[in-house]
Amino acid sequence: MNRPAEEDFHAYVDGTLVTEERARVEAWLLDHSDDAETVRQWQVQAEGLRRMFAPVASESIPERLLRPVRQSPVLAWRVAAAIAWLSVGIGLGYGLRPVQGKGDNELVTLVRPAVTAHVVFSPEVRHPVEVGSEQEAHLAQWLSKRLGTTVLAPHLQSAGFHLLGGRLLPGESSAAAQFMYEDGTGRRVTLYVRREVSGNRDTAFRFARENSLSVFYWVDGQAAYALSAELPREFLLGLAELAYRDLEGQTSTH
Amino acid sequence: MLSREAILDHLPRLRRYARALTGDRFAADDLVQDTVERALSRWALLRPGSDPQVWLLAIMHNLSVNQRRMGWREQVTEDGILPEFPVAASQTDGLVLEDLSRCLYRLPEEQRAVLLLVCVEELSYAQCARVLAIPVGTVMSRLTRARQKLARLLAGDEEVVVKLEVVK
Repeated sequence: MNRPAEEDFHAYVDGTLVTEERARVEAWLLDHSDDAETVRQWQVQAEGLRRMFAPVASESIPERLLRPVRQSPVLAWRVAAAIAWLSVGIGLGYGLRPVQGKGDNELVTLVRPAVTAHVVFSPEVRHPVEVGSEQEAHLAQWLSKRLGTTVLAPHLQSAGFHLLGGRLLPGESSAAAQFMYEDGTGRRVTLYVRREVSGNRDTAFRFARENSLSVFYWVDGQAAYALSAELPREFLLGLAELAYRDLEGQTSTH
Repeated sequence: MLSREAILDHLPRLRRYARALTGDRFAADDLVQDTVERALSRWALLRPGSDPQVWLLAIMHNLSVNQRRMGWREQVTEDGILPEFPVAASQTDGLVLEDLSRCLYRLPEEQRAVLLLVCVEELSYAQCARVLAIPVGTVMSRLTRARQKLARLLAGDEEVVVKLEVVK
């Protein structure tokens, strides 16, 4: 008798062989103690793993996993939006503070509108952006014209985020812009841009947090930027640095 | 179209697989939550006749790979914290399973995933291949490597290699 194929031993352990194949493997194992021992070990492993994790399937399901299911999509969106607005409101009063350093003007004129724009538009499924990334050149041209300064969308593909597009927004006293990016898992990052009115100055990266939303913001010459996402701080900092470097590169060739 | 509530039937198994894969209760439920949200956002894409369990596990697999790539989830390490142990079994049984658990998390995640999908979720090799988006032949070779390595670890034949890092 020929030795059964490796797959047959697996299929024997996993109970997927039909009767005659099973009988053939069994007959082989009777005469070949090494193979029989291997198969026995695999059976012990499989049985142990099954028993080890079986109790998890009968645990009660945590509420947080049930919540998204019980809401209709429209309701879920409305609730999310309401919560987002509420938390923005709370954030303006209490929650939104720079993690380092004193409070500054940018928190009010840059981070606040950036956070609002992020929570309003990033959950949007159907119309996340006004102008899609397929018209990137037009988008940049249009926004630059409306903001009165050069506005470019940094490339974040090397970090796994591709540009979805952008939109024009009302800012404090003039127009502002938002670019939106998405990664393969559907996580979204927004970059809020407004013209820097106080003149030509540069700042370091600063960080603010609002609940689970992280924001890095900085001023670079004629434009001020705020990058927002529900991502770990370190990861978002990497993205902010990438955005900064890419904008530097694009501007110098412009 | 399948009703959204249909996903509820799959939650116990999704939680079980996530727990087994990550070895951590909280990381597992985070993964399940992400999976549920992503699945619901694409619920309309689930074609009638396709297997929702395979579809959901495939979404979970993709999320898990991406999260690991981004370093969000710590790999359970050889000499690190023991993964949470879900059963309160008899003492002898407990010790045997504890040993099995310890060895399970020393397998590379791609081997562990195949072993768990086959042994715990009881998927066919073809379903397993669809979840992981790999050929059935690759499923079989990973299954062989997983079972052999686990046997060696359980027998204590395989020494834990301690990686030395140069401290500057």
